Amino acid sequence: MNDLLLKDFVDRRAMERIQLERMQDTLRRVYDNVAFYRRAFDAAGVKPEDLRSLADLRKFPFTEKTDLRDHYPFGLLATDQKNVVRIHASSGTTGKPTVVCYTHDDIQIWSETMCRTLQLGGCTEHDIVQNSYGYGLFTGGLGAHYGAERLGCSVIPMGGGATEKQLLLIRDFGTTAICCTPSFFIHMIEEAEKIGMDFRQTKLRIGFFGAEPWTDAMRRLIEEKSGIKAFDIFGLSEVIGPGVSADCEAHCGLHVFEDHYYPEIVDSVTGEVLPPGEEGELVFTTITKQAMPVIRYRTHDISRLNYEKCACGRTIVRMDKVQRRSDDMLIIRGVNLFPSQVESVLLTVKGVEPHYQLVVTREGAMDELEIRVEVTQQIFSDAVGGLEMLRERISSRIKEIIGLSAKITLVEPGTIERSMGKARRVQDLRKLK
Amino acid sequence: MAIRQLSIFLENRVGRLASVAKALGDAGINIRGLSVADTKDFGILRLIVDDVVAAENVLRSHDTVCQINDVTAVDVDNQPGGLAKVLTALNEAAVNVEYMYAIAEPKGVRPVMIFRFGDAKDAAMAALQKAGVHLYEEKDLLGK
Repeated sequence: MNDLLLKDFVDRRAMERIQLERMQDTLRRVYDNVAFYRRAFDAAGVKPEDLRSLADLRKFPFTEKTDLRDHYPFGLLATDQKNVVRIHASSGTTGKPTVVCYTHDDIQIWSETMCRTLQLGGCTEHDIVQNSYGYGLFTGGLGAHYGAERLGCSVIPMGGGATEKQLLLIRDFGTTAICCTPSFFIHMIEEAEKIGMDFRQTKLRIGFFGAEPWTDAMRRLIEEKSGIKAFDIFGLSEVIGPGVSADCEAHCGLHVFEDHYYPEIVDSVTGEVLPPGEEGELVFTTITKQAMPVIRYRTHDISRLNYEKCACGRTIVRMDKVQRRSDDMLIIRGVNLFPSQVESVLLTVKGVEPHYQLVVTREGAMDELEIRVEVTQQIFSDAVGGLEMLRERISSRIKEIIGLSAKITLVEPGTIERSMGKARRVQDLRKLK
Repeated sequence: MAIRQLSIFLENRVGRLASVAKALGDAGINIRGLSVADTKDFGILRLIVDDVVAAENVLRSHDTVCQINDVTAVDVDNQPGGLAKVLTALNEAAVNVEYMYAIAEPKGVRPVMIFRFGDAKDAAMAALQKAGVHLYEEKDLLGK
């Protein structure tokens, strides 16, 4: 199926035929084997045979993360335990993790779509790939690993953390491509600066960054500081792991591997399916997974679909880079705010590094927003007035662009928790009360 | 005639000043003059030290944001009117002073005013020289 990556692969009708067939098989499979789906379909008054065209998918009920939690750990298995060759879990923020299972064929599918992800970024079997996503229950590590191995790359299973060692291997092993979270890579760039290491003197030329939302401004910053090409990768464990969609060299949306993961965009309040071009919540239906298929899984990620041919020449559907989740959203004094909006504003102020944190509190009846920003050598001014002006500049930009008055606190370098995994951008202290 | 001063960004947290002092002390660097400009949330610590480059290196290795700026060290008469004479000369030349603070010279006899003039530096120097005010060279101030 790697013809999908060929430019000018245009036969959408063939694609839709394959999708419909696979979707019908999947609906049948879950209806027959998973009590939860049978109950859900019956309650919605639908049967698998009611899917006669792809548009009929909207008749079927949604699946939520809570459904996976409610049937923890193996309640949604559509196959016998003995067919399960891998079990992963994503970190739950409240108690139980979300468990996902894979058959041997599921692992093949996963490896295949992750392999395509790397190919879209220009990787070949000649690449030496340093995989710095966490290995273990988290799908990032093994997902990227199997994809790179399938492509025939030389894979270094470094995992997360140990920044000094990461840099050592990049220098000594001649790493040409790296996979990790964008915040971890920024941390590596900083540590490299401290030891006088210039990424441009290494063989590193590509980075595959994901597992957390990050802005285009952040991508340009990474590329500018390291000289590598930065690609966005997207995935979620419930669908498969990393390898659901990926950036191409045109960086104008991520190509969804729709022959395995069928995307929809819905209104996150009404659930109504929205047409291509309209922004809404991403919903995925796995159409080839065997162990734990998911039907119309609500991701809470905000995006848009585009079926037009991409500037790179490929015609498989694209989704907008996910800049925010519908549940990253903070409501502060009635104003909706996404941390990525703050990031974009901060990066427009010259010299501000992307180390920031939002702290939300409630004093009495009013929500208060504090944005903590690290002071760097570049922006430090000997005059108190200079720093006050910087605070003022940030504050007025935030007010102008986001519409919120925030307290800006300048902090010393290294004060804001660095991440070697996902960055914790928000401390919402209101919940603790 | 410029004296080098080290400016350090510090959050208003307990122990920050002490830890800077300790870091410098441990590195064998002597502080000769000090001033703190503070706001509610952060402060700028300004130091005259006997080895400013070493001090900068020590503090940067502790992830402290700091920079070296030029300031002027002015000799002041140790009697009533000593400071007024200097400030009047600057006033007459319409020189703006960004900040100033007093330190001691090596023998501890005559007061020294540290001035930061910013853009007005040239006009300030001219005015002070005209008024017959003596300015310190760095090596004399540090007693080297």
